Amino acid sequence: MQYITTIGLEVHVQLKTQSKMFCSCPVGFGDEPNKNTCPTCLGLPGALPVLNRGAIERTVLAGIMLGCETPPISKWDRKNYFYPDMPKNYQISQFDLPLCLGGGVLLYDHCYPKDAQKDIEESGKEIGLTRIHLEEDVAKSTHSSNGTSIDFNRAGTPLMEIVSEPEITSPEEAFAYLNSLRQILIYGDLSDADMEKGQMRCDVNVSVRPDSQEELGVKIELKNMNSVSAVRRALHYEISRQIRVVKEGGELVQSTRRWDDDIGETQQMRIKEDAHDYRYFPDPDLLPVKTEDVIKKMRLQVPELPHQKAKRFVRDFSVSEYDASVLSSDRDLALYFEETANESEAKKKVANWVINNVLAVLNERDLKVAQCPVSPSKLALIIKMVESGKISNNQAKEIFAVLFDNPDKDPDAIITELGFEPADSNLIESIVEEVVSNNPEKVKEIQEGNDKLINWLTGQVMKASKGKANPKIIGDLLRKKIL
Amino acid sequence: MSTSLASLTIRQLQNELKTGHISPVDIVNDVIESINNKDSEVGAYLSINAEEAIKSAKDADTSKPLGGIPISIKDLINVEGQPCSCGSKILKDSYVSTYDATVIKKLKEAGAIPLGRVNMDEFAMGSSTENSGIQITKNPWDLKRIPGGSSGGSAASVANDTAIASLGSDTGGSIRQPSSFCGTVGLKPSYGRVSRYGLVAFASSLDQIGPVTKTSEDAAIILNAIAGKDPLDSTSLDSDVPNYLESMNGEIKGLRIGMPKEYFTDGINPEVLSSIHKGIETLRELGAEIIDISLPHTEFAVSTYYIIATAEASANLARFDAVRYGNRVSDPTNIIEHYRKSRAQGFGEEVKRRIILGTYVLSSGYNDAYYVKAQKVRTLIRNDFTKAFEKVDVIVSPTAPTPAFKIGEMCNDPLQMYLADIFTIAANLAGICGISTPCGFATEDADNRLPIGLQILGPALQESTILKVSDAFEKATDWHKQRP
Repeated sequence: MQYITTIGLEVHVQLKTQSKMFCSCPVGFGDEPNKNTCPTCLGLPGALPVLNRGAIERTVLAGIMLGCETPPISKWDRKNYFYPDMPKNYQISQFDLPLCLGGGVLLYDHCYPKDAQKDIEESGKEIGLTRIHLEEDVAKSTHSSNGTSIDFNRAGTPLMEIVSEPEITSPEEAFAYLNSLRQILIYGDLSDADMEKGQMRCDVNVSVRPDSQEELGVKIELKNMNSVSAVRRALHYEISRQIRVVKEGGELVQSTRRWDDDIGETQQMRIKEDAHDYRYFPDPDLLPVKTEDVIKKMRLQVPELPHQKAKRFVRDFSVSEYDASVLSSDRDLALYFEETANESEAKKKVANWVINNVLAVLNERDLKVAQCPVSPSKLALIIKMVESGKISNNQAKEIFAVLFDNPDKDPDAIITELGFEPADSNLIESIVEEVVSNNPEKVKEIQEGNDKLINWLTGQVMKASKGKANPKIIGDLLRKKIL
Repeated sequence: MSTSLASLTIRQLQNELKTGHISPVDIVNDVIESINNKDSEVGAYLSINAEEAIKSAKDADTSKPLGGIPISIKDLINVEGQPCSCGSKILKDSYVSTYDATVIKKLKEAGAIPLGRVNMDEFAMGSSTENSGIQITKNPWDLKRIPGGSSGGSAASVANDTAIASLGSDTGGSIRQPSSFCGTVGLKPSYGRVSRYGLVAFASSLDQIGPVTKTSEDAAIILNAIAGKDPLDSTSLDSDVPNYLESMNGEIKGLRIGMPKEYFTDGINPEVLSSIHKGIETLRELGAEIIDISLPHTEFAVSTYYIIATAEASANLARFDAVRYGNRVSDPTNIIEHYRKSRAQGFGEEVKRRIILGTYVLSSGYNDAYYVKAQKVRTLIRNDFTKAFEKVDVIVSPTAPTPAFKIGEMCNDPLQMYLADIFTIAANLAGICGISTPCGFATEDADNRLPIGLQILGPALQESTILKVSDAFEKATDWHKQRP
C-alpha cells in the first residue's frame, strides 16, 4: 500500500527592524544579556506597548511579495500562557484579523536539496499560505545545571509567523519551501532568515494516510529543527515512523514531538489533551491598525522576486536559464552580476565569470557576495581586457586574485607588475612566421579549409612566447599570414 | 499658625505661597506632621518618602502650576525609586519602581511633590479598601467604617487632612465612590484623557487615573497638569487639553441636567436620596434645567463590567508570577508549582476570585457566551449615553446607593459589595467622565455624620462641563468644606 504524506509549516521569522515590536529598545544579537530592555519589554507592572510601524510595513511587504490579501483592518490579541521566558505571561499576537491572508510560496528548482534536484516531482509548484501575522518574540532561556538563565534582549523582537496550507508532500518539498521562502524574505530585506541563528524558526505538522483514504491522518507537530536540512531529516524519520506504526496496526495520537538532531529521532513532548487553551482576546492596550496607507506605501517598494529576475536575465542578458537561476538565487549575487553586466558588452561572459570565478574565490575564502572586495566595475574592466585581446583568460584570473587582496589597485598597474605587458609585436610576428614556416603541412590543411588547426598553431605560438601573447591576436595574425 | 497647612486646598496654598509667608518646605513638613499625628488611626498611608519630599520642596519652583504641592499617590502608580505594591502581598517589600508613570512625570514637571503611597484594595479590586493585602484603612468620619474603594487611601488621606490632594484610579468607580464616602471631590476623566502608562493595570479598557481633592478647582488644577496625549499610551486621546479652570465661573444658567430614571430606584438609602434631590434642587436654583431621561441598559452594567474587567484582569495579573520580582515560595519542585504556590500565597481572595472568573469567561467554549456578548452589551450601554447626551449636557445621580458601610459588613457577600458601584460602573464602560462632589450627610443609624456624594457625568472629553457644574455647586454650598 502507498502512503500519502501531508505537511504544513509554521515559520517564525525575526524581522530586521531597528527597534523592538512594542518599545524602542534596539534589536541586536550578541549584546551583553538583558542590556536591551525597558519596562515594556520586561513586562514591568504599568508598562504599555506601542506599535512599531516598521514591523507592520515589513509584514505587509512580505504579504505583497507572497501574493497575499492585505485586509484594511488588522488587530492585536493577547495569547495567554505561562512560561518564564514570557515577561507578561501573555504574548501580543494576532488571532482573527492578521495582517495578511492567503498567498503562496513558489518552490524554486535550485532550492531543493542538491541531491534531489534531478527528480523534482512537480517543478514550479506553489505552496499556498493560510496567513501571515505579526507578534512579539519571547526571551531566550539558557538551561544549565545551576538552573535557567533568561536573557530578555530578544523579548519583544518583531516576529512574523507565516502559516502554510497542508500542501507539502515530501521532506524535499519542505526543504525547498523553506529555502524559497528564505530567498524571498532576503530579497525584501525583511530578515536575514538564518535558521541556525534562530532568525527563522519552523514548526512542522505532518501526517500520513493510506492513498485509499480520503481524510487526513493524525496530525503530529515537530519542533526543534535548527536548520533547513534538519527539517528534512526530521521529516524523513517521522514519516517512516508514522508509516511503520500504521502498518503495524498501531494508533497515532495527535501530539507534539521534539526532534533530536544528534540521535536522529523524534521524541514525544506532549499529547493533545495537554494542549493550551490560549484564551485569545483583543489587547485593550492597542488600537486596531488601518493598513491602507501602509499598503499604498509598500506597493511602491516591492522588489523584483528571484524568478522574475531570472526571467529578465535570460531575456535581457541572453544568459542561459540555468545560469539565470543560479545568479538570481542570492539577491547580492544578482546585484553584483547585474552591475557588472551593465558595464560590459559580453553579458554571457560576465555570467560565466561571476558563477565560475567570483563565486569560487568567495567560497574558498568563506566570504559572502556582499563582502566581495573587487567592485563590479573593476571586474567589467578585466573582462573587457580579455575581450579586446589585451590579456588572456588565465591572466585575467591572476589579476582578479591580486585585486581581491588589493582592491584599490589599478588593473593596468597589475598587468605591468605581473609582467603581462603584451609581448613586443615584432617578436610575436617573428614567432608566428617561424611557426608557419616550420609547419607547412598544417598550413596547407588550413588553407584547404580545416580551420580548427588554427588553434593548434596558436598554441605553438603561445608556447614559444611563454604565454605572454594574447591568443586572439595570435589567431588574427595567423589568419592574415596563411589565408 | 492656627490652621494646619495640611488642611488647605491647593489654591489656598498657592495664595499663601505668593504672599511669601510660607514655603514649600513648610507645607511638606506640615503634611508629614499631620500624617504622624493623625494617620495611625486611619491607616491611609503605606509609606512616606519624607526625606526626598523635603529635598524636593527645597528646590521647588513655586511659579509652576503645582510648584511645591505635595500629593499622595495610590499604591499602583509607579514612582521611580519607590515601592509599588498595589496593596498586594505578592509585591509588598519585593518590588521597587524603576520608572515614573507618565502622570508622575507630568506632576513633577508641574512642580508637584509625590509624598507617600496610599492604601487601596489589592490591585484596585474592591469597593472598601478591605481587600488590601497590607492593612485596613478606616473612614476618617467614622473609624468603624470603611473609606470606600478601591482608592480608599486617597480619599481618606485627603478627608483626614493628611494630604493636600491625591492621585487615584477609577475602573468602575474607584475614585468617585470613596470620594462620596469620605466627603472629598473625586474626578474620573474620560477614557484616554490621562495616560495610563505606569498605572498598574486592573482592566485596561476601563482604568483611568484621576485626582481626589478638596474642591473641584483643585481637581481642575491637577487635571490641567496630567491630561493629554502620551506617545507611550496608544489609547490616550490626541485631543487638545483646555484650561479646565477657565470654565469655572459658577454660571450654569440654561445648562440641561439629566436625571436618569434607572438611577433613582428603590434600593437607594433614603438619606442619600433626599440629599441628592436637594442637591439637584440647588442646581435648579442656579438656573439649570432638570430633564428626565432614560438609560435603558443600566441593569446590565454591573454584570457586563464583571465580565470585561475580570477577563482583562486575568491577563493583566498574569505577569505577577514571582519569577523576576514579587514574593515567591521557597520550595517549589517545578515551575508550575512555583507559579501555583507563589500566586496562591501572594494574592488575596477577591483577586483570586476575579482571576478565576476572568479566566473562565475567556476560556474556549465560553468566550462567545460571556466575553463577546459582554462587549456587545457594552456597546448598547455606550449608545445609551450617546443618545442621552443629545438631550442633556450632564447627568446627575447618587455616586453610591448608600453612605460608607461598616468594616466587615459586606465582606462575606461579594455580590452585595459589587452593587456599591452600581451608579459609577457605566461611566467606565462608556468611556465618559464623571465627578463626585459632597452634597450632604447621613446621620441616621450612625454615631457620626457620613458624607454623601453627588455624581455628575459628562460626555467623553467634556471634563470642563462637569467641573463647571460641580464647582458651581460647591460655590453655592459648603458640604465640601466640612471636616470630620
